[in-house]
Amino acid sequence: MTNFIQPYADYAGEWLPVLLEAMGTTALLSVSAFALSLVFGLLLALCRNTRWRALRRCVALYVAAVRGVPLLAILFLLYFGLPGIGVTFDAFTAAVIGLALAFAAQVAELLRAGLMAIPAGQREAAFAVGFTPYQSFTLIVLPQVVRISVAPLIVTFVSLLKDSSLASLITVDELVLTGRAMATEYFLPLHIYLAVGVCYFLIAWPFSLLSKRLAPPAAR
Amino acid sequence: MNPLLSVTGLTKSYGAVEVLKGIDFDVAAGEKIALIGPSGSGKSTCLRCLNFLEKPSAGAIHLDGERIGVRLGRPMSDRQLAPQRAEMGMVFQLFNLWPHLSVTENVAIAARKVRGLPAKEAQELALDMLAKVHMTHRADASPLELSGGQQQRVAIARALAQKPKLMLFDELTSALDPELVHEVLKVMEELAAEGRTMLIVTHEIAFARDIADRVLFLDGGRIVEQGPARALILSPREPRTQAFLRQIRH
Ligand SMILES: Nc1ncnc2c1ncn2[C@@H]1O[C@H](COP(=O)(O)OP(=O)(O)OP(=O)(O)O)[C@@H](O)[C@H]1O
Ligand SMILES: [Mg+2]
Repeated sequence: MTNFIQPYADYAGEWLPVLLEAMGTTALLSVSAFALSLVFGLLLALCRNTRWRALRRCVALYVAAVRGVPLLAILFLLYFGLPGIGVTFDAFTAAVIGLALAFAAQVAELLRAGLMAIPAGQREAAFAVGFTPYQSFTLIVLPQVVRISVAPLIVTFVSLLKDSSLASLITVDELVLTGRAMATEYFLPLHIYLAVGVCYFLIAWPFSLLSKRLAPPAAR
Repeated sequence: MNPLLSVTGLTKSYGAVEVLKGIDFDVAAGEKIALIGPSGSGKSTCLRCLNFLEKPSAGAIHLDGERIGVRLGRPMSDRQLAPQRAEMGMVFQLFNLWPHLSVTENVAIAARKVRGLPAKEAQELALDMLAKVHMTHRADASPLELSGGQQQRVAIARALAQKPKLMLFDELTSALDPELVHEVLKVMEELAAEGRTMLIVTHEIAFARDIADRVLFLDGGRIVEQGPARALILSPREPRTQAFLRQIRH
């Protein structure tokens, strides 16, 4: 047992800063992609409930399409494919956009369910006191949707965090790619990938706890 | 004197089904009108057409001489309608309080966001309105913690805070436990005594008789009979009114 732990003691000084930096990249990548997917997902959810049927159809098609395509294919398309038509992103940007496009579909479905859970009377009461549609949405409907959706959204964020590891395959220096480089350098893959796993867990764990706390009692 | 509210030729169809078939009536300032009629006769639809929560299929509604929902011959958007709706306070059968806001905030928010009152004044106004409905003691509660009767009284306070020209009440007591009906009716009586203009949809016939100046009896999307409250309820002329009142008293 002491044998197993020894390398961690020996290399802590070298590994820790490298892993911390990679952790930072993974966190930044995940948070940026998630923020973007929230905005995009909200737009999709609103379009999904709009009067215009063509728009509703397009959004439904988009959601279905994104769900049916592996995230890795989307990332490859953005990073290796688009330069073919003259559109070039750096690896990090491509990863943010790819993750956001994919997870926006999930966010949209969550928010749509939240929107549909708000009784029509809530909006009617808002109209009745003289709120504009924009005020009704931002003051009355959206805060309630957020309340309903926050726990499942956090769960979605955690799965985005884990899927951000795919960005290693388009050369983003996040945790997995960094781990792979270290494993080759130190010939200690078991130790290093364990450490990488712990890093993911350290980011994800607080959010898992939070989502459990915020979930309605029945779902706990 | 011009009426405060005038409704002419109000018609509403859902697809091929005509729910309101041409409703005409006026409401003078300070007048209290009860709208009664069997279930499905169109009472709620009529009320909801007045502030355009439902868009009428035809007809005209004027409040204080101003045409509601139509400007220069064109239908108004919900955004354009907002200030007109603010002139009418509406209270719903199922209260529709906003559960993410406190009781006080339910009453104060429109005063700030619609009428532009400063936060402190809106707060004071809300507390005044809550006092009117005897709910000051739950000012900081969440609506979810209140009984139905309490929620309904807060909903009344919310509508009062609009300082509306007209109050629209849609069966305020129908969703309440019988023992809670009284507290809501009492508040409505107090409002009536203040000389407010009120349009009241209700199944409480005795209440309508005592509180209303005039009663409109609606059946099948038409006003079948109307008249002074006491006279109409004690001695209705139309057979359909007679049948309805007999049945409701059973
Ligand atoms: N959105 C709608 N779509 C189709 N039909 C509707 C709609 N809203 C109401 N109706 C129909 O219009 C008719 C009148 O309904 P309304 O709710 O105005 O009646 P009411 O007199 O208020 O009845 P109650 O006493 O049960 O509340 C009913 O037959 C109802 O089914
Ligand atoms: Mg009704």
